[in-house]
Amino acid sequence: MIEINTVTKRYGANTVVDAVTMTIAPQTITVIVGTSGSGKTTLLRMINRLVEPSEGTIRIDGEDILAIPGYQLRRRIGYAIQGHGLFPHRTVAQNIATVPELLGWDRARIDAKVAELLTLFQLDPAAFGNRFPHELSGGQQQRVGVARALAAEPNVLLMDEPFGALDPIIRAKAQDDLLAIQKHFGTTIILVTHDMDEAFHLADKVAVMDKGRLLQYDAPAELVLRPATPFVETLIGAADRPLRLLSIAKAAEVVEPGAAEGEPLSATDSLRDALSALMWSGRETLPVAGEDGTILGHVSLQALLQRAARPQ
Amino acid sequence: MRFRPDKLGVVIAALALCGVLLAPFSLFRANRIVPGEAKSLLDSLPAWAGLLLLAAVIAASLVALARSPAVVRLAVAAVCLVALLLGIGLAALHLTPPENSYARVSPASGFWLLCFAFALLAADAITRLKPKPLARILFLAAALLVIAFVLLSGSWDELSLLKEYANRAETFWLEAGRHVMLALGSLLAAVVAGLPLGILCHRTPALRGAVLNSLNIVQTIPSIALFGILIAPLGWIALNVPGAAAIGIRGIGMAPAFVALFLYSLLPVVANTVVGLGGVPRDVNEAARGLGMTDSQRLWRVEFPLALPVILTGVRIVLVQNIGLATIAALIGGGGFGVFVFQGIGQTAMDLVLLGAAPTVLLAFVAAIVLDALIDMNAKASNRKTTA
Repeated sequence: MIEINTVTKRYGANTVVDAVTMTIAPQTITVIVGTSGSGKTTLLRMINRLVEPSEGTIRIDGEDILAIPGYQLRRRIGYAIQGHGLFPHRTVAQNIATVPELLGWDRARIDAKVAELLTLFQLDPAAFGNRFPHELSGGQQQRVGVARALAAEPNVLLMDEPFGALDPIIRAKAQDDLLAIQKHFGTTIILVTHDMDEAFHLADKVAVMDKGRLLQYDAPAELVLRPATPFVETLIGAADRPLRLLSIAKAAEVVEPGAAEGEPLSATDSLRDALSALMWSGRETLPVAGEDGTILGHVSLQALLQRAARPQ
Repeated sequence: MRFRPDKLGVVIAALALCGVLLAPFSLFRANRIVPGEAKSLLDSLPAWAGLLLLAAVIAASLVALARSPAVVRLAVAAVCLVALLLGIGLAALHLTPPENSYARVSPASGFWLLCFAFALLAADAITRLKPKPLARILFLAAALLVIAFVLLSGSWDELSLLKEYANRAETFWLEAGRHVMLALGSLLAAVVAGLPLGILCHRTPALRGAVLNSLNIVQTIPSIALFGILIAPLGWIALNVPGAAAIGIRGIGMAPAFVALFLYSLLPVVANTVVGLGGVPRDVNEAARGLGMTDSQRLWRVEFPLALPVILTGVRIVLVQNIGLATIAALIGGGGFGVFVFQGIGQTAMDLVLLGAAPTVLLAFVAAIVLDALIDMNAKASNRKTTA
């Protein structure tokens, strides 16, 4: 659990983060969104003390972070940034081993961890371990950057626009990988982005910031249904509201009993994807299959339209 | 099919033909300071050797003109250079009358032109072969072995240069030692002082401007003037600081030369350290901090390795510059190869000037090649940050 209590950061007369208070539940993904200069990155960097707060306290699992030397705190918290920041003079394996080496793990444990992470990120340790970062594609570099951040098994992972430099196809894949990784390790992830689609795709809770202030901190659906300020409403995009609602629910949630014709949807597909498939196929209903391929029932256009409508 | 000559080959062939046909190969003098008598290639050598060398030069020019493979060009250039080195020694033997220890035979413009032409051919061939850094050092070692062999075999013993050397064999090595000591010692001192200063300048921008500007001003002071400026303060230190005179600090001699070279060396070392550290990508530094490196861990594990190729380039500049500049130290009694250069100028004995100049050039050349190879090896190891 991360408790941020009335944290303020000032540079001279300029208040960058203004009395932000929020509590982040363990093993969840919190996405901080906002425009450029909203203070979202500064807030993130205060959690691992890359920036020292001017006022307020931050506690991780009850411990005040100011009680721990900054560099020791940062070794316990994963950190991944846009453009990955890999060390160009060290191999992929050496890059991933950075924090374990700083912590003084023994060689065998480090090697095992590096191999485990590379495999987890679908990079063959034998083929990629000894390559240098510039020999990898952008998507591979980004995966190594996240693997490096996770090497010392941190409970908390901070990510500053980690997918900002990727093209849309690789980005979608990286986001799905991140969700899988989060499930695998149970890491508490705090991610900064200005991409609202990304926020809705990943977040358990979204924090909206503007001019240093936290405007709203809620589940994605709440943001759409009950925006706290006109700014939040604008940021989400009034025209996108029904689609946003569909994008955060899964097909499994609206399955009705009964058979249907056509290519089955997966139970884990978002309702937005389901709507898209229905419209494209020109059908009123499509079957839904579980992970093992058995047909669970069907989704209907009608049910989707109801889910997307403004609650009365 | 029309014959299309190699462009550089045209230049090389022209140089070589000028060297053979128009310029004298050697210079014969009755003693070491009278004006000499120029001798052409064929006059300088016994007939068989003259014709052989002439044939070799013409053959090599043809190889240079044709678009021949680089390996062939290198081999031909190497053979010609060795033939030239042996040839000039043979010319000295051939031209010096028996039992005459006053006569002097020295290389003339034709010899130097030919050497230049084939050195160019060799250098161009080596560039085309794109050798790895280690291979370049091996080429250098081979060239040095050939020179050592020629010198030790005694085939040059009748040459004016070696006669001057024979008269001064002991001082030659003494001055050689001083020269290397001045050039390398001041470089070492500049690295020891300049690296921390560069790191400090990188960390505190306020200091950067002041330090770099001061060092720039030092760099603009002419070397002789700087030696002069240093006489007074070092003389004062020698008189007033106990023990200073005992370790060799005096107004003239090695101390001011060392200090001046040290001051000249500081700018390239400090400036390249600052530039090298400044060139470390921002996100790499940010990641290093974010992963929990302390400032010194970040410096030694990330910033310094990435800046090293640039810092080494500064060291290379300093070393080559110092080897040349150290010659001037002789003016204020600092020793080094400059002793022979200035003595030679004083006596209008060009052979003596050459005895000082040739090793200086050779030393600078060797230093440049070795350091370039080191820089390349290092850049390869750090995998060029620009591509990341």
